[in-house]
Amino acid sequence: MDFLGVPFPVFAGQLLIGLINGAFYAVLSLGLALIFGLLNIVNFAHGALYMVGAFVAFLLLDVLGIGYWPALVLSPIIVGVFGMAIERFLLRPIADLDHLYGLLLTFGLALLIEGLFRQVYGVSGETYAIPAALQGGFNLGFMFLPTYRAWVIVAAVVVCGATWFLIEQTRLGATMRAAVENADLVRAFGVNVPLLVTLTYGLGVALAAFAGVLAAPIYSVNPLMGSNIIIVVFAIVVIGGLGSIKGAILSGFLLGIAEGVTRVYYPEASNIIIFVVMAVVLIVRPAGLFGKTA
Amino acid sequence: MTEPVLTVEGLEAWYGESHILHGVSFEVPPGQIVTLLGRNGAGKTTTLRSIMGLVKKRKGSVRHQGEELIALPANRIARSGIAYCPEERGIFSSLNVKENLQLPPTIADGGMSLDRVYELFPILKTRGASQGTKLSGGEQQMLAIARILRTGARILLLDEPTEGLAPVIVQQIGTIITRLKEEGFTILLVEQNFRFAEKTGDLHYVVEHGEVVDRFERAQVAGNRDKITRYLGV
Repeated sequence: MDFLGVPFPVFAGQLLIGLINGAFYAVLSLGLALIFGLLNIVNFAHGALYMVGAFVAFLLLDVLGIGYWPALVLSPIIVGVFGMAIERFLLRPIADLDHLYGLLLTFGLALLIEGLFRQVYGVSGETYAIPAALQGGFNLGFMFLPTYRAWVIVAAVVVCGATWFLIEQTRLGATMRAAVENADLVRAFGVNVPLLVTLTYGLGVALAAFAGVLAAPIYSVNPLMGSNIIIVVFAIVVIGGLGSIKGAILSGFLLGIAEGVTRVYYPEASNIIIFVVMAVVLIVRPAGLFGKTA
Repeated sequence: MTEPVLTVEGLEAWYGESHILHGVSFEVPPGQIVTLLGRNGAGKTTTLRSIMGLVKKRKGSVRHQGEELIALPANRIARSGIAYCPEERGIFSSLNVKENLQLPPTIADGGMSLDRVYELFPILKTRGASQGTKLSGGEQQMLAIARILRTGARILLLDEPTEGLAPVIVQQIGTIITRLKEEGFTILLVEQNFRFAEKTGDLHYVVEHGEVVDRFERAQVAGNRDKITRYLGV
């Protein structure tokens, strides 16, 4: 059975890998987009905090015997609180300076955090077992679908959908969108915007940690896992349109798929396809696919 | 004279290095419409923004029913019961009309219900799902005023609500402002349009070079028309 010139199982297999990568891209770029929208900084610490999310899950299990399901909730909370502390005590004091300082500060933080974990855990990585309920898989006839991989896609779609709902359909989300446009005026209505900024950073970072926990059983829990993925995620945020929630989610999944499909037809290009797309998008639509032109 | 609800004393403000307000002082009695008149660049808008806490560097005193506001952040000032409608109207383009209307949080009991707001501004009810900035200028101005009536704030700071609007809309806004006064709101109005201010205002202050230089009550306006016209350069 051939599909566009390749055996269908090969195509479907790469499509699945693409979807899974896309799931991580989507959750990570969504967090970045949230943070960029309200804080106007590119959060270079995002990859490091994704890695911390995975490590927190690993440590919860290794040290306290707390398993995957509680970790899926606990790790984002722990990392989210850590992120709120970063915002409150490091980013807020420099919020009035050029945004470049925020970028440099988060970049420095990323190096610090990664260095710290490398010092303790080395670069070989720790393994994290797939939880019992998600082991095994389904035989779809044309391919084998591991249960855990299906779960990753479902979980990412649900979390992205819930975040989109929060931002686009609730009072709180409307306040956040308004604060992105004109923080001063929202403050003059009596909204504690600095608190809203802290919570937003915490939420963005918690999403990164959630992705980290999802990743732990698939990839090895490794201090460098964040820096490996984050450059691609930055490209995706740019393609989707800086600060666009819908753009971040959709381009995350789409580019994951594009990567997978490229791997079928021209494997050599699979590592650069996202950057090629980014270049083309920047030429044709500089504000990104879903960005608002100023 | 009744105790003023808002007392501004020696208010100074800076934008970066530029010293804009050099000691603005005036009082707003309860339930009245008080206007700040003056030429472009005299410091009227800056006065409102400073009262609201939106100008970072400011000093002097702003007291709202005895409470000193000068050192508070904007959100705390708003929660003391003051609502602000900026000159540029500040309608959010990423929010639809209804979301814009519901954005300012309730800060005290006694604000208008949504139904009551729609009664005053029927046009807004029919436009609920439109993007806020797709409205006409007059509709945007009405939305900007409407959304601060729900919050329970009793003092409204309105910055040039008639700017750039057609005469018939200016008239409608005038009617609405007068009705708000009847409902017990205290209004501090910045206005370039003296004819509008004269009709609606109870008490007028003239701002020049970042200071209040003169004061006229409604009854004194007719006898001082020449003087006022000179102040405003019209």
